[in-house]
Amino acid sequence: MPDLPPPPDGSPLRVTVDLNRCQAYAQCCYAAPEHFVLHGREALFYDPAPSASDRLSIERARVSCPVQAIRVEDPERQGR
Amino acid sequence: MKNINAEGHAVVVGASLAGLRGAEALRRAGFAGRLTLIGDEPDRPYDRPPLSKAVLTGDIAPEATTLPNLHALDAEWRLGVAAIGLDREAREVRLADGATLSYDRLLIATGSRARPWSNPTEAGLAGVHTLRGRGDAAALRRALAAGPKRVLIIGAGFIGCEVAASCRALECAVTLIDPGPAPLARILGQPVGEIVAALHRALGVDLRSRTKVARLIGNETGQVVRANLDDGSEVETDLVVVALGAVRNTEWLSGSGLDAGPGGVVCDEAGYALDTEGRPDGAIAAAGDVARFPHPLYDGRPVSLEHWGHAVAQGEHAGRLLAGAATGAAYAEMPAFWSSQGGVTIKSVGLTEGADAMVFAQGSPKEGRFVVVYGAKGRCIAALSFDSGRWLPAYAELIAAHAPFPPIRVGVDLHGLAVLQPGFPEEWTSS
Repeated sequence: MPDLPPPPDGSPLRVTVDLNRCQAYAQCCYAAPEHFVLHGREALFYDPAPSASDRLSIERARVSCPVQAIRVEDPERQGR
Repeated sequence: MKNINAEGHAVVVGASLAGLRGAEALRRAGFAGRLTLIGDEPDRPYDRPPLSKAVLTGDIAPEATTLPNLHALDAEWRLGVAAIGLDREAREVRLADGATLSYDRLLIATGSRARPWSNPTEAGLAGVHTLRGRGDAAALRRALAAGPKRVLIIGAGFIGCEVAASCRALECAVTLIDPGPAPLARILGQPVGEIVAALHRALGVDLRSRTKVARLIGNETGQVVRANLDDGSEVETDLVVVALGAVRNTEWLSGSGLDAGPGGVVCDEAGYALDTEGRPDGAIAAAGDVARFPHPLYDGRPVSLEHWGHAVAQGEHAGRLLAGAATGAAYAEMPAFWSSQGGVTIKSVGLTEGADAMVFAQGSPKEGRFVVVYGAKGRCIAALSFDSGRWLPAYAELIAAHAPFPPIRVGVDLHGLAVLQPGFPEEWTSS
């Protein structure tokens, strides 16, 4: 089996948050409120597969994280 | 002699978090040869923590959990086919579809699987679930969405507790059964276990500690309808979740000459797999749940850790090691995990095993926010937070430094810390 085919156009971004690192500063919740939300005081729930059209707000969330806990794979810009 | 990094073949067995991060690390470290990832599941690597939380509540779809790929892999994927054997002399991995793959470097990252219910007939009843993979989570989500009359969860470890909280978020009736004195008491000790018990009771979970399920009873169509408990009582249930921990996937290594068994694949400090004579195989490393290694922070005691962060860190370490780019330092990542249950976040650094004392170092259970520090022989060995995660890095430093226990607190307004017994319910078995 060769390498998996590249994701089709319009496929989602892939997001993980290292929740060991996360300290619930909630900057991502301001940057991308549709995709990051705190439950209680510090339980972060996030959308691991946001639409590629939300690239800008997800990127804002990633760079605004004070502990740099957010990792994103963008099918169009792999290798972050 | 062959330049492995240019012309070699690196094979990663296990296509989950540790295997993926290990493969990426190989590439990052300059490995430019052929790279193959083998996974027994049909899916690309996916993230497991959401499976007991947001996937069960329906907030995210099971297939949304696919992990980001953080470095170009240029890999061949053999998905949906398990590795079933290893021949180290021929340097070949045998696959379930009859194929063999030769390797120059091998990363073992086969992880673990859910421990099944002990009685196979009862385990086979409709409505009896375990939770480990994405398919398990999808099936359990469907069952929960159908509106079960009562969910019975067997085992109040992290998975059992998280599933119980997710069920309550869906307003399903839940009974949580555990033989220990309190949920999570084996890991966190009894005083913290009692706090977890109170949390679950407040969520509306019917918690039965010091209780075991004796039998699961099915009806004439093979659907589970009831559990008989060892205290003579019964629970009517149409959905059972067996959450009795994990079994490491090492069976495929039998006959390979590696020191591998229920305790994991035994590795040396560097991360190389050891053979049964205790000699490292310089072509093979192991990472994640399946690896058993001497932890430098804990006097070289062999441990195997089922933590998300450990799968990442040890996967990356093993990738660098196999690419010849390791610094030579032993793998010494500080153990850490998190769990969220009913909106409360529980986080931990270090290992509580062997603790002989504990203190509530900050906050209090009454406030619902606190930090507990565990000590052994007068040194800090672990810390745990309830909704106070920002303090943990400071305690991680104390643990890494083997700082005195109880942690020294200076301040005129601070009274001394009461040193408590952690009260682990049973003798620690080597884990």
